Amino acid sequence: MTTTDSPTGPATELQATEPGGGVSDVADLAAARPLRKDVWRRFKRNRLAMVGLALLILLVLTAIFADFIAPHSITDRDSTQFRKGPSGDHYFGTDTIGRDVFSRVVYGTRVSLKIGIAATTIALVIGLFLGAIAGFFGGLLDTLIMRVTDIFLAIPYIVLAVAIASVLGRSVNTVIFVLGFTGWLGICRIVRSSFLSLRQLEYVEAATALGYSRFRIMFRHILPNALQPIIVYGTIAVGSVILSEAALSFLGVGPVDPTPAWGLMVSDGKSLLAVSPHLLFFPGMAIFLTVLAFVFVGDGLRDALDPKLK
Amino acid sequence: MTSYIIRRLLLIIPTVFFALSFLFFLFFTLPGDPVTLIAGGADRTPNPITIQQITERYGFDDPLVVQFKDYWARTVQWDLGESFQTSRSVNDVLGERSVNSLRLAIWAVIIEIVVGLSVGLVSAIRRYSLSDRLTTIFTAGASAVPVFVLGFILQYGFAVVPNLNDWPEWARLRTSRLGPDTWAFFFIPTGEQWRYLILPAVTLASVSTALAARMTRGSMLEVLRADYMRTARAKGLRERDVVARHGLRNAMLPVVTLIGIDFGTVIGSAVLTETVFSWPGLGSAIAESVQDRDLPIALGLTLAVVIAYSLINLLVDLSYAWFDPRIRLTKGGAA
Repeated sequence: MTTTDSPTGPATELQATEPGGGVSDVADLAAARPLRKDVWRRFKRNRLAMVGLALLILLVLTAIFADFIAPHSITDRDSTQFRKGPSGDHYFGTDTIGRDVFSRVVYGTRVSLKIGIAATTIALVIGLFLGAIAGFFGGLLDTLIMRVTDIFLAIPYIVLAVAIASVLGRSVNTVIFVLGFTGWLGICRIVRSSFLSLRQLEYVEAATALGYSRFRIMFRHILPNALQPIIVYGTIAVGSVILSEAALSFLGVGPVDPTPAWGLMVSDGKSLLAVSPHLLFFPGMAIFLTVLAFVFVGDGLRDALDPKLK
Repeated sequence: MTSYIIRRLLLIIPTVFFALSFLFFLFFTLPGDPVTLIAGGADRTPNPITIQQITERYGFDDPLVVQFKDYWARTVQWDLGESFQTSRSVNDVLGERSVNSLRLAIWAVIIEIVVGLSVGLVSAIRRYSLSDRLTTIFTAGASAVPVFVLGFILQYGFAVVPNLNDWPEWARLRTSRLGPDTWAFFFIPTGEQWRYLILPAVTLASVSTALAARMTRGSMLEVLRADYMRTARAKGLRERDVVARHGLRNAMLPVVTLIGIDFGTVIGSAVLTETVFSWPGLGSAIAESVQDRDLPIALGLTLAVVIAYSLINLLVDLSYAWFDPRIRLTKGGAA
């Protein structure tokens, strides 16, 4: 469970050593037994990671089978039940206009996972591409890309997200766009530093000598060796994207009402904290467990992929 | 060293310029017309003469490029304009709000450093003990709780429950607004003020405290295996001195980096925390102004935050040299 990420940020230029270091590991492991088996063996031993994986599977199943799990529709109003606490009919109670909170939380899984995975994919693609270019070519391109990330880092992320979200209007797709296009900074730095150290290795030189194109060297030769931190970061990023989505929904720039976004549900219940805490508790708990699952799995993957840290 | 600082300070200028220009153009594509807003709100139909006067006064009929140039001409002289909504000068709002945010932030940082470092340290020294396992679970948990949900949970536990159950007065905390606004030495709450301060401060500190604890633990575990630690023990130093003077100081480098980088997250948490607790700080003001399309307030407050953020990052970089004298700050250049 150790966190030894190399510091990133404007400070990177002061760092004496480059992070990464995954190179020799990959070689060692490949010689011994298949990497995938080895990683899974170590991952299995990590109890928290397994808890996270179980939660994650549960979430995905909930999202897929939401139609069967949810007893009510997300828009059905029970006019006899306003803001009622949990009961046999409504497991998580009802909201201010009589909708079933349990069903809304169940369908909310779809919203959160969709936003989390789609936005992270966008962020990974942009970050990978720019980071690879910056690290591989260096020089002016590198300086330019890193300055751009510095500028984006200097704008408080939530201000940027709120501003873009209010330009584009409130919808699930807007949130995906906003979080995807503001979330690539971290991955860009990670990919860049891996590429910086990997491009100096012999096999890159060999590939160059063989006359392969730079594109092929970057994405067929270097990228597979830089994949470990990207996988770990990507997993944790899905969690933090879901967290940011909840924050945006809470601030009123996320999806609009009939959409069962958890952050929006918390926001709707906030003035009723004293009388109906269940309106905040259940969606809040859902966000917490989802993000926790991704954090545990991400941590477990990091420990399993890099046994040196153990 | 001095030339390094000067170069870094100069680098802040283009960063601030591009960041704010980006926001400026973003705001101009926002739906909703600032003119009708100034004239009295979007839902009313204001007098066309008023509209014309406002348009001329604020220069809304100028081409965007001219407006952009005027904006920077004014900003360079620190003339940040006045709010579209309340007509208060941005500088007044900035002065009032930043003081409140600063006080909250000071307490959050105190909690982060005291709790985060000590928990991480104990966790690393007693590795695999019960307290270490609990720390691991709690820090992972704290990084997964949405700030605003944590805020509401704390409100419920420390204000709603005591009120419902008629707990004695001293056990009740306040959850809304600034309170009596009484302070000693700028940041020490006096009188009833602590009741208002404690919950938002804890909420704001939660995420970064968990991160600091995780980072301290990880970094300390690396350092504890280092050769110089064995040497320090071998020459007969007390364990306490070994850990505190040889271990902790060397383990601090990544932690300090994290605290600096994390400032961006702290700003995000501050927006949420201040909104949840109605704390009249910069964060809640920025969130409101963006939603209200109050351009001068949003840009002015963001300007202040961006500058503060850049300066803090510079301080973090400078502190490296103190923690690790091997790092010289003379080189650098392109990152």
